Amino acid sequence: MRFYEFEAKQALARRRVPLPKSELARTPEEAEAAAEQLGGPVVLKSQVLSGGRMKAGGVKFTDSPAEAKQAAAEILALEINNLKPAGVLVEERRTVEQEYFAAVTWDTRAKRPVIIFSDMGGIDIEEVAEQHPEHVARMHFSPSRPFPDFSAKLAVANVGITGGALNALSRMVAALAGAFIDHDLTLAEINPIGRLDDGSFVALDAHMDMEDEARGRHTALLDELGIDDPEARKARPPTQFELDAAANNDADPRGIAGNLVEFDGNIGLIIGAGGGSLTLFDAVRAAGGKPANYCEIGGNPSVGKAAGLTKLVLSQPGVDKVAVMMSIVSNTRVDIVARGVIKGCIEAGRDPAEAIAIFRIPGSWEEEGFVILDKYGVEYVDRSVSMHEAAARAVAKVAG
Amino acid sequence: MAMFIRVDIDDAVRQDGDLCKQLIEVCPVDIFTLDEGGRVSTVEDNVDECTLCDLCTDAAGDGVRVVKLYRE
Repeated sequence: MRFYEFEAKQALARRRVPLPKSELARTPEEAEAAAEQLGGPVVLKSQVLSGGRMKAGGVKFTDSPAEAKQAAAEILALEINNLKPAGVLVEERRTVEQEYFAAVTWDTRAKRPVIIFSDMGGIDIEEVAEQHPEHVARMHFSPSRPFPDFSAKLAVANVGITGGALNALSRMVAALAGAFIDHDLTLAEINPIGRLDDGSFVALDAHMDMEDEARGRHTALLDELGIDDPEARKARPPTQFELDAAANNDADPRGIAGNLVEFDGNIGLIIGAGGGSLTLFDAVRAAGGKPANYCEIGGNPSVGKAAGLTKLVLSQPGVDKVAVMMSIVSNTRVDIVARGVIKGCIEAGRDPAEAIAIFRIPGSWEEEGFVILDKYGVEYVDRSVSMHEAAARAVAKVAG
Repeated sequence: MAMFIRVDIDDAVRQDGDLCKQLIEVCPVDIFTLDEGGRVSTVEDNVDECTLCDLCTDAAGDGVRVVKLYRE
């Protein structure tokens, strides 16, 4: 769940992270009043759950309240990546001498949170890491112990910062890490931190994402920030395809056949097994395939539920075939999924032997499943064929 | 229309009220129901959901047969 910048900054303010003075405005008149109140030049920033605000015209600099009113009217009317702004943040404009980057996120390979810090902020951190690796420091820490402030200090010191700047920046990074841990965030980022002409540091922009499943643990924070509809906090609104998949999943409590994300490829995926679905998605891409969707199937969905998902995926424009693949499963019956996907094909008016590029679900009741697949002429493989090999075969079939 | 499974029920079972109730109770995917005459019948939409658990055949013996159409 994403937070707007103004909300992320409120969360940081609770941790005494220094911030520029700002006010949220919902109308041009409120923006004008805010600029009047702040005095001097201001920056107005669209509060939208999307990146690329600057390029899209969602950030404007003004020198007077009248200009701020006009700029706010333009920003409030501007959709960025099809998202309407929740308001405009009117913020005092400060003279920045240097920009820094600080973030805490999960390193899924190390299976631990990692602090990422750079003295080259304000730009794409991946670009900095590639071109100036000596300017990026990474420091892992344990999520199960109290955060050691020393880790923050090491991260900052590792790019060569010393003295008072080291102390000030370390406090900000430690606060960011504290927010990350306490609020079950998947990303806490300040980019940029600005060093002002008086030598002080402020968080000029902030970005926070909370783990969706953890929202129930943080109702106090969400209430305090006035977030009444967490479901609306997606990076983009769900497509009709995704909504239909969610409805198919919700209509039957047995297992999962949903969590679908739409892409613009031509190979439909019916994939599952926890991380297996991510692996399989990557395997299709690695084989040169273009997935039409990501999804998750597992936990023994009913025949009807699997059929519904199959029909839906096959209904996508440009999708002629689906690949049905999982890792080795013990909590999902192969024969039930086989029945479901075959039924889905037939109800969609398709020949399962043609529409199913490959079926690779080894596990419980696979012998029974293979008999069903044989009956309908569907190509299947067992566990002796790797997920990557199965994905490559499916991609080759789709390519014709 | 069920594609994979067919459930055959003997008349003797259909007319046994207690057994009918037992079939409805044991089936985990609601394949059995009572018709207007109080006789047990199958819910067509649910037949393909059969998990092959054999609870119905345990209850009714030879009076109920679960046929795997894909093996015919």
